[in-house]
Amino acid sequence: MSSPSSSPSGRTASHPGEAPSAAPLLDVSGLTISFPAGRERVSVVQDVDLQVRPGETVAVVGESGSGKSVTALAVTRLLDYAGGRIDAGRAVFQLRDATSLDLARAPQERMRQLRGPEIAMVFQEPMTSLNPVLRIGDQIAEAVMLHQGLGGAAARQEARRMLERVRIPEAARQLDRYPFQLSGGMRQRVMIAIALSCRPRLLIADEPTTALDVTVQAQVLRLMHALQEELGMSLLFITHDMGVVAEIADRVVVMRSGRVVERGGVGEIFARPREDYTRRLLAAVPVLGSLAGQALPRPFPENGDEPPAQDTVEPAGPPVLEVERLVTRFEVKRGLLGRSGGRIHAVEHVSFAVRPGETLGLVGESGCGKSTTGRSILRLDRPEAGAIRLGGTDVSSLTPATEKLLRRAVQYVFQDPFASLDPRLTVGFSIAEPIRTHALLAGRAVEARVEELLEQVGLGGSYSRRYPHELSGGQRQRVCVARALASEPRLIIADEAVAALDVSIRSQVVNLLMALQRRLGVAYLFISHDMAVVERVAHRVAVMYLGQIVEIGPRDAVLGRPQHAYTQRLIAAVPIPDPARRGHARALDDSEVPSPMRRHDDPPAVAPLVRVGPDHYVARHKIGGLF
Amino acid sequence: MIAFLARRVLGIVPVLVCVSLFAFGFVRMLPGDPARLLAGPDATQAEVRAVRVSLGLDKPLWQQYATYIRQTLAGELGRSARTGQPVATVIGERFMPTLWLTIAAMGWSTVIGVALGVIAGVRRGRWQDQTSMVLTVSGISFPAFWLGLLLIDLFAVRLHWLPTGGEHGWRSFILPSFTLGVAVAAVMARFTRSAFVEVAGEDYVRTARMKGVPERRVVWKHTFRNALIPVITMAGLQFGFLLGGSIVIETVFAWPGLGRLLVDSVNYRDYPVIQAEILLFSFEFVLINLLVDVLYAVVNPEIRLQ
Repeated sequence: MSSPSSSPSGRTASHPGEAPSAAPLLDVSGLTISFPAGRERVSVVQDVDLQVRPGETVAVVGESGSGKSVTALAVTRLLDYAGGRIDAGRAVFQLRDATSLDLARAPQERMRQLRGPEIAMVFQEPMTSLNPVLRIGDQIAEAVMLHQGLGGAAARQEARRMLERVRIPEAARQLDRYPFQLSGGMRQRVMIAIALSCRPRLLIADEPTTALDVTVQAQVLRLMHALQEELGMSLLFITHDMGVVAEIADRVVVMRSGRVVERGGVGEIFARPREDYTRRLLAAVPVLGSLAGQALPRPFPENGDEPPAQDTVEPAGPPVLEVERLVTRFEVKRGLLGRSGGRIHAVEHVSFAVRPGETLGLVGESGCGKSTTGRSILRLDRPEAGAIRLGGTDVSSLTPATEKLLRRAVQYVFQDPFASLDPRLTVGFSIAEPIRTHALLAGRAVEARVEELLEQVGLGGSYSRRYPHELSGGQRQRVCVARALASEPRLIIADEAVAALDVSIRSQVVNLLMALQRRLGVAYLFISHDMAVVERVAHRVAVMYLGQIVEIGPRDAVLGRPQHAYTQRLIAAVPIPDPARRGHARALDDSEVPSPMRRHDDPPAVAPLVRVGPDHYVARHKIGGLF
Repeated sequence: MIAFLARRVLGIVPVLVCVSLFAFGFVRMLPGDPARLLAGPDATQAEVRAVRVSLGLDKPLWQQYATYIRQTLAGELGRSARTGQPVATVIGERFMPTLWLTIAAMGWSTVIGVALGVIAGVRRGRWQDQTSMVLTVSGISFPAFWLGLLLIDLFAVRLHWLPTGGEHGWRSFILPSFTLGVAVAAVMARFTRSAFVEVAGEDYVRTARMKGVPERRVVWKHTFRNALIPVITMAGLQFGFLLGGSIVIETVFAWPGLGRLLVDSVNYRDYPVIQAEILLFSFEFVLINLLVDVLYAVVNPEIRLQ
């Protein structure tokens, strides 16, 4: 079933001290898993075969619901605690003492002894995977004490060594800190330190970088790769991201609806996918640089055809939205009497304009202020200074009249399609609400309009009587788009609107947004961390860093010829879904983004941007140590 | 931690001001003339006037309040309208029996309730869980006075093992503290179970298992401590309620506590005592809330360090 792998990175499937045997470290065969559903059981994984050889990296890819995470949980038998059950199949593991054990049948106490020294796992959610009430040092030392029999002081030493190994600066000091005092990237390093502290022979990583920013993701991926070589372990890497697969995998297993649909060496899978599903998965992956040299945005290919570029910007007339020197800061209270301990400079002198029918991509990493910018425009956060103009009308001061104008002309689509629809209201009611609020229509005309809007987002009028829980994530996001369109806005702020969706659904929703722009001439402020998606949709791009725009200009200029150091770093960190262009050689960059919180007497430097090309401006003053 | 404590203690001040205002306003908000009420229905005009002057009720309100605060701080709470004893003495006599009974009841019921809740949470869906839930539903729904009477009938009247009532030595604590604690234990068990079940589904509990931590340690070190916050909240509330004195239990067991004092004071319209009791109960709650906040900080470093 498995095909021999040819490692594109030149690594072989063996490492020192281990015979280059063909015997897999882990050999999963016929694995079938079910979960209880009411009185019955639902089979979520069927007949999965999977081999991991010593020293090798196997990526399991698939979209949500493909059963990839459940398969990983079954191998560690943490599945038992999640309510799942292995109904059939084997998972034979070669233990350190050269005996083998069927993990699918082993008693839980035996599995407990193996978890740590033989098999360890890193999870997707760094923010919640560490115990909030225990010090980091103790959480690492606990595993060391359990499996290596070290005493408290020695275990602490080992914990410090592990923190150094995962390149956490000032390791000794970090031991006594609590998880909430660390950033997401640092927490994920701590998780990796815990997983590696017992020198496992197999590390299972379940979407370990999905919740992280691209530059942090690049750091963590390189770190895992380096540690794998240092320690000579095998890696079972679970991900939905083909870019990450191309960066890290030797072999790939593609899963869909609980079954393996294709497997092969990473080069083979990317160059010559055999299955239609794999081809579609690869086609849906946005590749940064695929529109290089083209000025206009272009929807994702559908059914293999590259759609035409779209030219929707109206250059004449006033911009839909003008933002001038917008400032939003948050006071941080601390101390005895709630004195201000400093300010978070979330948005610092941000200026830009969006023309009718234009899409401005606002990119940057978490905490850079891109969402606060969007929220400040709609006054969901309160800006401290700056001017906001809608079609030439100043709406900076929120009077009842300007508020009405603002709430109608600008709409928002949020990231989480599950949280942004009221679960107790029908889809139709949610979409009709803005129509009624703004008194655009009355009576039966409202229903007709709701059906029309649902048609526009590709759902059909019959959806109006459904409830959100009956819809998939992609369908819900379409409903959110329909609701945003209901008040006939001229600008839609899409805040990470496609980030929570699977790749294939993501490209569909992006194409929908672009089609609506073509048809209705609506403008978008497209806030995203995903550079490859932004490349597809945006006419112009603004890059934010520490609350300031560091670079803004035509999309092709900013992404193709980035002038600011931060833009360059951001683009370099984006994984390229092509194993032939793997970037392991790049040095490990351990720098962390500085905090946007500053003392009152230490405001950040602000200066006008400098023109470097047609409509292309760059910050030339120092922001967070970068030019 | 010191800054945290100082902040919490300072935060109490406005609450205490509100409480004292309420207790102060209590007598003045009653319908009719407080001086006439305090002097009694048979008093003459002159007597009422004398009371008014002696209480300072002829002065402006803010002066009255200042006097009230000064006297309260000095422990001068006036005299009981019923017995003529100083209110501080009356309340002092009744406070200790209620406090000891509360401590006895809370002590056993918290330990048993939390233990039952953890067992139910760990063995979710199995017989241990179901049994403990049957017990807790019974504990909550069984009327305390009826349970008390049944216990007296069995252990005091029939078996002569324990006294029927009153406060005489440790043996007299057993029946009332058990009766009082049953409902508390049941509520604590329910709270602990639901908090425990919620925390048991957290990612960091999965992380602990991933490390190969033995199950006993997963329960106590990784789950229990994180589940404590709602349990502490509930325990604090229960403690506050019990400290007010249980009218039912103290009546059934002839217990000389604050609950019965309150009933008697209300029956006799002994306003100075009622006023002092309001102040005391409010103060107790404020104090317990402070204690609960401190316990939060001990359990959760995020509260302590931010």
